[in-house]
Amino acid sequence: MSEFFAMGGYGAYVWGSLAVFFVVLGIDAAAPLVKRRRVLRELRGRLKRAQKRNEESA
Amino acid sequence: MNPLVLWFHKLGSPPYFYRLAGRLLPWLWGLAAIGIAAGLYGGLVLAPPDYQQSDAFRIIYIHVPSAWMSLFIYFFMAVNGFIALVWRIKLSEILAMAAAPVGAAFTFICLATGSLWGKPMWGTWWTWDARLTSELVLLFLYLGVIGLYHAIEDRRQAARAAAFLALIGIVNLPIVHFSVKWWNTLHQGSTVKLFGPSLIDSRMLWPLLIMAVATKFAFAASLLSRARVDLLELESGKDWARQIALAEETSA
Repeated sequence: MSEFFAMGGYGAYVWGSLAVFFVVLGIDAAAPLVKRRRVLRELRGRLKRAQKRNEESA
Repeated sequence: MNPLVLWFHKLGSPPYFYRLAGRLLPWLWGLAAIGIAAGLYGGLVLAPPDYQQSDAFRIIYIHVPSAWMSLFIYFFMAVNGFIALVWRIKLSEILAMAAAPVGAAFTFICLATGSLWGKPMWGTWWTWDARLTSELVLLFLYLGVIGLYHAIEDRRQAARAAAFLALIGIVNLPIVHFSVKWWNTLHQGSTVKLFGPSLIDSRMLWPLLIMAVATKFAFAASLLSRARVDLLELESGKDWARQIALAEETSA
């Protein structure tokens, strides 16, 4: 098992590459989820303000 | 009208696309995850070590699929940019601009893992040779498209300006691809060939091909995930977007 992790002495390079792959793709996958929450929050805020204005003018 | 054309028109409708993308997303992410797991198991565990590079060659299972994706996504972005410029289709603008950050991510992975592979095999992290430099230019093109898109206030004008830049940058794709043939370079030539036999043992080849397919699914998933949020933002004044915002509030 430790032989597998050593990767013939190239462990740092092989596992480093794997880490780069998963970290970058993880950020890539998370970015639209974060943006989605922000967009929906802003949209709800705008709707609430519009509703308030309507109530005040009525 | 013919049903395929009809479906194409329907796909261009933002609420329909939003719902369809939402339904496809879990499947695309699932297929990407299964493919990446299988490809990496095949590449890191089952494939025999290389006779020259021993276990260092296993970086190929990250590096080469990412390099293929960096070119594939650029082509996808440029084609959608072309459609956006000529036919002014809103969905194409959105898809072109959503593809740019995913392409930049894969290009970055390609460059970083190439560096991690170059150090033990060539003795250097970086060299200014044709393949490496043209791939770096590709990253800058992606960053240029993203930067231009965010520098212009009006979203649709921004998308068209950035699409134009993407279209000009397409000249770099053949340069990246043929750089190992046209110039003397440290980088090796193509091992896997679309036409003619590949210069690689089949036990080493199949995990690479699975990774190539899996990264396509990861791209599709990230693309749709980004495109539907961008549509929601672009159409936030429309009724369907309001309904989604209110529905999420009651469920959250």
